[in-house]
Amino acid sequence: MTTVNLLAYRDPELFARLLRRIIPALEEQVQKLGRRVRIMEVCGTHTVSFSRTGVRQVLADFVELISGPGCPVCVTDQSDIDHMIAYAKRPGTVVATFGDMMQVPGSAASLRRQRAEGADVRVVYSPSQAVDLALENPQKQVVLLGVGFETTAPGVALSLKRAARDGVRNYFVYSVHKLTPPALKALVEDPDHRLDGFLLPGHVSAIIGRRGWTLLELLNQPAVIGGFEPLDLVVSVYRLVQEMKRPVRLVVNNYGRVVREDGNPAAQRLLEETFEAAPARWRGFGMLPQSGLEISETYRAFDARVALPVDRPVTKAVRGCRCGEVVKGKETPLQCRLFGTACTPERPLGPCMVSDEGTCSIYYQYERSHHRDRREEPHEDYALARGWRQPDA
Amino acid sequence: MCLAVPAKVLEVDPTRLRARVDYLGSQTVVGIALVGGVQTGQFVLVHVGEAVQVMDEEQARDGLALWREWLDDSEPAGLP
Ligand code: SF4
Repeated sequence: MTTVNLLAYRDPELFARLLRRIIPALEEQVQKLGRRVRIMEVCGTHTVSFSRTGVRQVLADFVELISGPGCPVCVTDQSDIDHMIAYAKRPGTVVATFGDMMQVPGSAASLRRQRAEGADVRVVYSPSQAVDLALENPQKQVVLLGVGFETTAPGVALSLKRAARDGVRNYFVYSVHKLTPPALKALVEDPDHRLDGFLLPGHVSAIIGRRGWTLLELLNQPAVIGGFEPLDLVVSVYRLVQEMKRPVRLVVNNYGRVVREDGNPAAQRLLEETFEAAPARWRGFGMLPQSGLEISETYRAFDARVALPVDRPVTKAVRGCRCGEVVKGKETPLQCRLFGTACTPERPLGPCMVSDEGTCSIYYQYERSHHRDRREEPHEDYALARGWRQPDA
Repeated sequence: MCLAVPAKVLEVDPTRLRARVDYLGSQTVVGIALVGGVQTGQFVLVHVGEAVQVMDEEQARDGLALWREWLDDSEPAGLP
């Protein structure tokens, strides 16, 4: 019964009827603007959904979808990536990480390469598994790489509480957790970024609630919280366009089956207890005020930065990688010279090609065929692009 | 950004704050500390091993019904 309800959001017949009804409204807005409506889908899972369901193509004449900063690994600054990889080289250390960090290229190597060279790097599915690792390896220090947005941080917060309660003294977190609204504010305030509205991430909103986006209401930005099924996608786009027509815009919750006005208050309380908001450096954006989560005073003993300092490694940018512009939606992967040539999911040069939620990886998987006319670039040498080899004179 | 999957709660262990859930036919154990009061039979959204929200079935039904109604009102009668 319930399963049927959830699957009903994929009903092709209802989808077709909705589309017929919605397209005239989109057409009208396109005529008014003299161009397509520019909508940023903030969440990488939305980017995937638009591509995989074909909704991106269906709406292509009316809507230009721009991927936003919705991939946690991708928005992590290169210096933090290098810092996290440095823990893999630390003697007596086990690095616990979610899978998509493994292949992210650091300035010198990736976690996967460190592991091949003997470092103890474990992929975990949940932060509590990392605490288990600490209990199983009492003579070692276990460092969880805390990468993720508001949806992920509560799970990490629970692991900190458990470690404190059970007196696990060899468990540490390197937190680069980020908060989404400050990044969107930065995009709104960027004078040469013309976005007509935001499709807001459904699962971040499950935690922070519709109320978590008041910042966008203060900026009078059209914004809709949406789900990930085909019906969610088209209806969210429609409601977003309707909101654009209003002089005063409210954040619309179009994902009521998951998102409540106040989000998940238990998760919010937990975050307040274990973390505190702090300035954070984002790839592409630079420093953004109150946009990161640092481990709070009470849990400082578990903060890898404080309790287990490592030498900050030298960070080099990847020559030619446009990931910093891609996460801001200012360029598409197709504008990167290395896309699909030197940089592929098998041999990624930047984080946007690694994560399943990275825009480059998604475009590589789904969107290349729609852009066959793109001229083929000569194959750039991998080591040259990584800066591991100097160009020939 | 935060891929989360809906899973059906099969059994709740309130003391250890865990639940056995079914996700597309495979069973796993997830934490339920963030969704106090969750009950067997409900659907939860799971992310990094923790249930982060209980899904509201009534809302799921109402949402669809609302759109169907809107279509019925706005489509000229007789059209497929
Ligand atoms: S295609 Fe590769 S090199 Fe280009 S921006 Fe994306 S991750 Fe960077």
